[in-house]
Amino acid sequence: MSGILTYALHYQGEFNKNSLGAVSEGARLAKEIGGESAAVVVADGSDLTDELCASLGRYGATKVYRAKAPEGLAQPVVDVMAKVIADEGFSYALFGGGLLGFEIGAGLTARLGAGVTMEVTAVKARNGKLVAERPILQDSAIVDVDYVSEPGIIIGRLNAFDAVESGETAEVVDVDVELEAHSTRATMVRRGEQRGADVNIEDADLLVAGGRGLGNAEGFELCEELAEALGGVVAATRAVVDAGWYPYAAQIGQTGKTVAPKLYFAAGISGAIQHKVGMQSSENIVAINKDPNAPIFEFSDLGIVGDLNKILPKLIEAVKAKKG
Amino acid sequence: MKICVLVKEVPDAAVEKRIDASTKRLDRSGEKNLNPFDTHAIEAAMQIAEGGGADVEEIVAVTMGPQSAFRALHKAVSLGADRSIHLTDDALAGSDCCATGYALAKVLETEAPDLILLGQQSDDGECYTMGAIVADHLRMPSLTQVIKLEVADDRLRCERQAEYGYDTVEIELPAVISVGDAINEPRYPSLKAIMGAKKKQLDTKAIGDVGIEAGKVGVDGSRTAVLAINPPPAKAAGEIIEDENTSETVEKIVSWLEERKLLA
Amino acid sequence: MSTAPVEFPPPVDSAKEFVGPPTDPVDERIEVGVVIVGGGPAGLSCAIRLSQLLEQDPGLAQSLGEVPIALVEKGRGPGSHLLSGGLMRPSAMHKLLPDLAEADWPTYGTVEKDRVYFMTKRRAVPLAPTPRPFRNEGNHMVAVSQLARFLSEKAEEVGVYILGETAATKLLVEDGQTMGVRTGDKGRDKEGGKLRNFEPGSDLVGKATVLAEGTQGHLAGAAIRHFGLGSEDPMQWELGVKEVWEVTRPLDRIIHTLGWPLRFGARYREFGGSWLYPMGEDKVSMGFVTGLDYRDATFSVHDTLQLFKTHPMIEGILDGGRRVAWGAKTIPSGGYWAMPERLWAPGLCIAGDSAGMVNVPQLKGIHYAMHAGMFAAEAIYEALKEDDTRDLSGYAERVLGSEIESDIRRSRNMRQPFSKGFLVGGAVANAMEITGGRFPGGRWKTHDDAAVDVFVGDRDKVYPKPDGKKTFDKLSSVFTTGNATRDDAPNHIRIQERVPYELALMWQNMCPAQVYEVPDEELEKQLEEDGDTKRLVDMKVTPSNCVLCGAITAKGGRLTPPEGGDGPNYQVT
Repeated sequence: MSGILTYALHYQGEFNKNSLGAVSEGARLAKEIGGESAAVVVADGSDLTDELCASLGRYGATKVYRAKAPEGLAQPVVDVMAKVIADEGFSYALFGGGLLGFEIGAGLTARLGAGVTMEVTAVKARNGKLVAERPILQDSAIVDVDYVSEPGIIIGRLNAFDAVESGETAEVVDVDVELEAHSTRATMVRRGEQRGADVNIEDADLLVAGGRGLGNAEGFELCEELAEALGGVVAATRAVVDAGWYPYAAQIGQTGKTVAPKLYFAAGISGAIQHKVGMQSSENIVAINKDPNAPIFEFSDLGIVGDLNKILPKLIEAVKAKKG
Repeated sequence: MKICVLVKEVPDAAVEKRIDASTKRLDRSGEKNLNPFDTHAIEAAMQIAEGGGADVEEIVAVTMGPQSAFRALHKAVSLGADRSIHLTDDALAGSDCCATGYALAKVLETEAPDLILLGQQSDDGECYTMGAIVADHLRMPSLTQVIKLEVADDRLRCERQAEYGYDTVEIELPAVISVGDAINEPRYPSLKAIMGAKKKQLDTKAIGDVGIEAGKVGVDGSRTAVLAINPPPAKAAGEIIEDENTSETVEKIVSWLEERKLLA
Repeated sequence: MSTAPVEFPPPVDSAKEFVGPPTDPVDERIEVGVVIVGGGPAGLSCAIRLSQLLEQDPGLAQSLGEVPIALVEKGRGPGSHLLSGGLMRPSAMHKLLPDLAEADWPTYGTVEKDRVYFMTKRRAVPLAPTPRPFRNEGNHMVAVSQLARFLSEKAEEVGVYILGETAATKLLVEDGQTMGVRTGDKGRDKEGGKLRNFEPGSDLVGKATVLAEGTQGHLAGAAIRHFGLGSEDPMQWELGVKEVWEVTRPLDRIIHTLGWPLRFGARYREFGGSWLYPMGEDKVSMGFVTGLDYRDATFSVHDTLQLFKTHPMIEGILDGGRRVAWGAKTIPSGGYWAMPERLWAPGLCIAGDSAGMVNVPQLKGIHYAMHAGMFAAEAIYEALKEDDTRDLSGYAERVLGSEIESDIRRSRNMRQPFSKGFLVGGAVANAMEITGGRFPGGRWKTHDDAAVDVFVGDRDKVYPKPDGKKTFDKLSSVFTTGNATRDDAPNHIRIQERVPYELALMWQNMCPAQVYEVPDEELEKQLEEDGDTKRLVDMKVTPSNCVLCGAITAKGGRLTPPEGGDGPNYQVT
């Protein structure tokens, strides 16, 4: 057995960012341990054109297996991947972060009787095999997980793998898969409905969070403007939610939500541990606080000691200008 | 309709946890709790039973765990389950996701439920989407992260939040549904229910009772092994800017963001 | 104008609010044999002892119905709300579980060496020979929350129903007879309204009720007022803040300290000291205790503990280690004269810290609580056999004839003299010790902690800024207790929120969990304008931080039980 098969999710003619990251990672790892790096895509309509599929080659896939099956559901993909892995003998199945990745990977675990590691933050090659790293205990430790048999299943954490362009085009191969009976008993009635009213901070890539340092509820207007300029969502600390400055749905911290966005912008937040545990795995943490001793500066990537009322308005303008 | 709710006993999330250095596993000797996500699953079962959309004969709580896990079952029963099943066996210790899913599927097989509900993850974060593993073994349709659930005839109408927004999916029974914590507000058990929980039927089963092959579970049956536990990578010390000239400060912030492709 | 807390009483009348007849219809009440409130050493020993007695008497056990003994505990489970030093005299464990070898006790064994040091800022002067109250041969080092978990398991093994996450909010009394307790509601919001999953409490009725709620017992306090059981001398309390540390070198001795950082003068009234006890080879239990009759509004026990850790001797002990737990709790220290004059009422017994059964000079209370619990069990058993639980005087007789009475009586005048300052206090205490309690005789009055006037000093200048490694701030300390109280939980603290600045400041500094805060504008105003410290301010209260230590009840407010399951979840304190 050899090679890595990566699932690539697509929607309305575009591949999911986390899938592109996973394909890139699969290509990188295949180079280290040998074997092919391939992708598998599933569609029920015709929007998965040859061209679109072949574009996965840019991210390092040499082959793309394409199957016709219902979209947006996990179990048909389990059938497809199980067949491809059985026919082609892949050693690893790889998924980028995201719901479907978890569902498909888990189903595949059962189907193949395989080992699976979830919420993987990094993968390394060791003696021709892959070892997955994942955090545990609220990110206070990292475990190295080994696969006792093949194939092994690796499911990444959201945004764990970066999309890297390397290769050229990939060969597209159509596969015929007969779906299992149980994979046909779920029907998508409506997919991808947008609901503006619900604030979902857990899935946001970019968060602008406000704390007591904002001074009053009006301070959140600045946060909202910055969030809009950056293309993100607003969050809040417990203290200000308690004070009624912002709704509970946006609360981050010990009893609120836990987030891990690509950018966490903290305005007027001290960084006390009750809040820290809710956002410490954010990829990039920027903090503005007028207190140079605020604990948040101990774990922020970029800390600005200053008055947010002076800095934020100018920052908003500058970001708007940059993004055009 | 018979509903089985899968529950798990997990270490209390608010209590500081340690890794046992010798076994490289979570030190489970401390305070334990019914997995909070599972309380939402029990509540969902209760709402189906009380809602009138289906005729629910019984709700059975099922767990796989060490001896102490009977407490999670008592809690589940105090929240409304009619009886419970405790799958416990030394041979199961050390089972990974794959082995656990197999074992749970075997015990559920013996109950032949119409609907299986569980929380979408456990607080100890070991294995997300256990429901999907169990469903494949049982050859049942499955959906996770469900935040709205309606039963009508032999079908479920579910809503869940996926990568691109909210999906509405119809599923035929029997099925395995993993619920998210946004689906409902679990009830508090009444004192009467708490005290009565001890008396409800609790069946203890070993692997032989449900046809689990020893070689497929436990440490030997697991397909993954923990090699090492390391502290998280030391974060490179962050940069600190003292704002003296705000225009300059803002420029620095913007270029910092640009470097990291955060202004895309 | 006096700014003593007692001038600003909290909006509560405990006897009226918390004592009354059952309100559930008869067929909805939950009937059990005996109700025990509190899953600590007293309550659990009572439950186990009663089980043992009922085991010999199956006829009586049967007559008590399906649930002969129900124990309610407001924390997650027994142990969640318990904290102590602690050093336990072995007599109670031997009596309760005679077949269990000492080696199998959930304790850290005995320690041979003990020392008392008099501290100055840089030195530690050993007092030799070790003064008698501080000698601990044969006593077991124990984490009381672990002890409770152990006893709870033993109780469940013999059929006791342990009901965690269940608060007892009202004492059920009809025609002068205590019938049980009403349990607390769940699912109310901040304003006390009902949330969607609101679940009302229940009337839990039984033939006898034992109140073993620990320090500041909620129903015990109400019962003492309602039945007039109290002494004319008010109870006093000390506040202890504790930490457990993993250490690199085992501590080889039991340590108690007096002196620094507490101040001697009578004007300060700072009575207390610290302890450091080994917990096996790799951990140390340490803490600082101070009487709540101190006068400086800027005094903070938590920060005094942090300051204490900077002493060279303490730094040496903790060097290379890390903190693994923190907590706080009050200890009743009024002693003999302040204990309730009567410990029982028809159908009711009060045991343990709830009845002030603590020997302050020796810092002992766990084994008294256990003995008292066992005495209550024995008295109730006898009364049940007569099918008449109105007369439980057998309980009081047993307590009065025991070491609880004789020990606590012996030290009856030891704590009070310290209100006159350390040196006078020390001299008097010594005299008492030497004469076995006979001199000076008489009855030294205790006083109400809440009647003490405060002044604004400047302790905050000496307290260290927390570094997060050796010294810690209050909020991150609360975090480590596993306190996950929901943010919209109703406020369980009764307190007047509009009070003089200096009183608000006192509460702010007193509370180890940062529940009470003087608004920032007022603090800034004080710094800039040096305003009138008697002006009224509106305090900010964050009840979800509360770790239920009880200090506020001693100092003018009133703690009531939060929703069952809320509060800390102590593991090793």
